[in-house]
Amino acid sequence: MTTGEITEPALVVRGAVKRFGSLTAVAGLDLEVPAGSCVGLLGPNGAGKSTTMKALTAQVLLDEGEIRVLGHELPADSKQARAQMGVVPQLDNLDTTLTVEQNLLVFTHLYRVPKAQRRAAIDRALEIATLADRRDTKVDALSGGMRRRLLIARALLHQPRLVLLDEPTVGLDPQVRQELWALIDRLRSEGVSILMSTHYIEEAERLCDRVIIMSHGTSVAVGHPRDLIAEHAGAEALEVYGPPTRLAEVEAFARTQGWSTRRTGTSVAILHAGDGHGLDGERRVTNLEDVFVLLTGEEIS
Amino acid sequence: MAAADTSRRLHRLEAAAIRGVLVREIVNFSSFWRSATFSSTVDPTIYLLAFGFGFGALVSTVAGYDYIDFVGTGIVATTVLFAGAFPAMYGTFVKATFQHTYDAILSAPVDVEELVTGEVLWVGARTGVFGCVPMLVAMIFGLDPSWGMLLVPFIAALAGLGWASTGVFIAARSKAIETFSYWQSGLLTPMFLVAGTFFPLSELPQWAQILGNFNPLFHCVQLVRHAVFGFVGWADVGHLAFLVAFALIMWRLAIRFLEKRLIL
Repeated sequence: MTTGEITEPALVVRGAVKRFGSLTAVAGLDLEVPAGSCVGLLGPNGAGKSTTMKALTAQVLLDEGEIRVLGHELPADSKQARAQMGVVPQLDNLDTTLTVEQNLLVFTHLYRVPKAQRRAAIDRALEIATLADRRDTKVDALSGGMRRRLLIARALLHQPRLVLLDEPTVGLDPQVRQELWALIDRLRSEGVSILMSTHYIEEAERLCDRVIIMSHGTSVAVGHPRDLIAEHAGAEALEVYGPPTRLAEVEAFARTQGWSTRRTGTSVAILHAGDGHGLDGERRVTNLEDVFVLLTGEEIS
Repeated sequence: MAAADTSRRLHRLEAAAIRGVLVREIVNFSSFWRSATFSSTVDPTIYLLAFGFGFGALVSTVAGYDYIDFVGTGIVATTVLFAGAFPAMYGTFVKATFQHTYDAILSAPVDVEELVTGEVLWVGARTGVFGCVPMLVAMIFGLDPSWGMLLVPFIAALAGLGWASTGVFIAARSKAIETFSYWQSGLLTPMFLVAGTFFPLSELPQWAQILGNFNPLFHCVQLVRHAVFGFVGWADVGHLAFLVAFALIMWRLAIRFLEKRLIL
């Protein structure tokens, strides 16, 4: 029985393929979450993130490839793996007519927390999610942010070694999003391995030790956000504004120079532009979004 | 250190997983037991009263029984259908499609087999209790108490297991909740009428009588009547065997098709 030595990754996916009829949702994905790290799956809607997440709990069975979660081979030993991992779903599936505490109580049973530890597990989860004063509130009466925190609390009852977060902050206000980031950051600092899918660049930049950029069901780049930016977008971008005709000229010029460009509505961003050869524009720090658009050709969020 | 004991190899159909599903159902039931009890017991009671007063005024005895005795025992099967099949159909569909409850449960160490087993055990147990309510009402109107009545909750629960599984099966096979109309009007309503609850099957054409013998509700009605008024030997062993087989087969089919629906 594996007890998870430091060297073994919390999660390994090799050559994952999943087809739904003629649609290939996951097309040869490799993925690794080193123990104790936070890895982000970054990609637009339809990139295969959610299918990948569901494969990790064996709710999607792969057509090809292999998955190891916490040393357990999936799908055969999926139940064993699920006993040690927490899952925060993208879609809210709380029991809305029950109270916060009742929701957690139900899951102490489903996660098989021993009877003597149930009380403490619920208190601990409520404390982490800062919902202690909402214990007796019905889920119906909670705000969107509180419901999301409760979903996270529910996934932590059995002190999992790995937590899967599927789009944890989608649809929330910026302020609420930051509260959740603090909560996820706390988990990471406690040594829990985390895999989160997101299509918010900033979220991945802030929280993840490693980002996997996904497009059309496969990974197109893997690395620390900072390294990916340095490698693919350079240190600075030159943002040139102007009417569409001017932007087209700038793009054509950039192509002759062998520069990568990215159209962002009213401007063209030139990456790796060096001194810009006299082009008139605003210099700005590059970000993960530049990398993303460059690699996938797709705009995000 | 994880709080749960996960060092042991986990198997199929684990008691802990089934218990978890049951706890979820029971805690949730605390928030809607009034409406569930109402719909499961009031409908059959209305049928009992309507047939009891309406039909009972025309006929005094049917198949050798006083009409109130005949319908007061047969009505158990109707309750089994209302308390077993319908809540399982709607409950499963809503939890699978609208509330995504099953996604949450299957993310925990619970398999579809355990999920279905927990759910049908719970609906079956409820059906055992609800099944007796119209019979108790019939006692007010002249059905005499008997020791055999103590067996009725168990017969109702057994039939309830089969019908709850059937409900899960129907929900798993239905793409939209509107599809339920076909099952309801095409299968469940005819079965409910041709079960020997309100009139004996012997009054029907022969082909209907033969079909009736494949109706689990008919076997439930016979077993309940004989439990209350006296068993008739091997025929009742046959009725019991039919109900056991019905429950087992539908339980496995419910698992098979819900798995198909939930595990992609």
